Amino acid sequence: MPFGTPLSLTTPTDTQIVIARGFVAPPHLVYACYTQPSLIRRWLTGPDGWTMPVCTYDARAGGRYRFEWIGPGGDGTLALTGDIARIDATRYIDASELFDDGVMGPAYRSELRFALEERGTLVTNVLTYASLAHRDMVASTGMAEGMEMSFQNLDRLLAAEQGQGRQ
Amino acid sequence: MSEAARLDATFHALSDPTRRAILARLAQGDATVMELAAPFAMSQPAISKHLKVLEKAGLVSRGREAQRRPVHLEAQPLAEATSWLIEYRKYWEAQFGRLDELLAELQKFEAMADRN
Repeated sequence: MPFGTPLSLTTPTDTQIVIARGFVAPPHLVYACYTQPSLIRRWLTGPDGWTMPVCTYDARAGGRYRFEWIGPGGDGTLALTGDIARIDATRYIDASELFDDGVMGPAYRSELRFALEERGTLVTNVLTYASLAHRDMVASTGMAEGMEMSFQNLDRLLAAEQGQGRQ
Repeated sequence: MSEAARLDATFHALSDPTRRAILARLAQGDATVMELAAPFAMSQPAISKHLKVLEKAGLVSRGREAQRRPVHLEAQPLAEATSWLIEYRKYWEAQFGRLDELLAELQKFEAMADRN
């Protein structure tokens, strides 16, 4: 696993997003960072300036996790509950995640795999959404591929439109 | 329409390859329905149906000239949608950057433990 490569975002099916990233550390340490609240709170803190004041993680089948983020100066909150269906310590977590207040739509499945690689760990997060529209609302990566050809045209157009707006 | 509903409509409209090709064509300039239908093995009514979806999402607008009614690309909803996508990637890159640092720190402790 080459160190420092950008994360990979792919869409193998209409309802899925796959986020993959390599880490130069053994699987048991990466797994700990995903399942120990004191460690989770140090990296999964959300956008710049946000913190995670509430973090619980009951790492067992039937267990639940809860993440609550808060924005800079207390402005804005975001909260997520995960229900763990299956868990295999240091290797695999299968959970159903739901954001509070209908943010990000209905519940979706989040599977995490921690695979031992030559130089560390490959983490693969498969996110499965209720529908194509649901997935694309959350992160439309399929669009990134489909639109690639037209992006260059679009950039030119946007630059032109913005230029007009300023006059 | 709320921001979420607007994004939903945008992404639904973009989920079809024909509609994406229509937008790519319109990025080069306005076109009539007949001009848009030409590169596709599709009837004008079929293209019109796609245009209705794009129009509903605010991605295109139609001119008023009775005969030609040229189709025009509206850039704003696309700009919102794509900036949101870029943000999604940036978001995960930032999270994982912090995880790299945390793992390096934990490994230092493990190396110390091994030495003892």
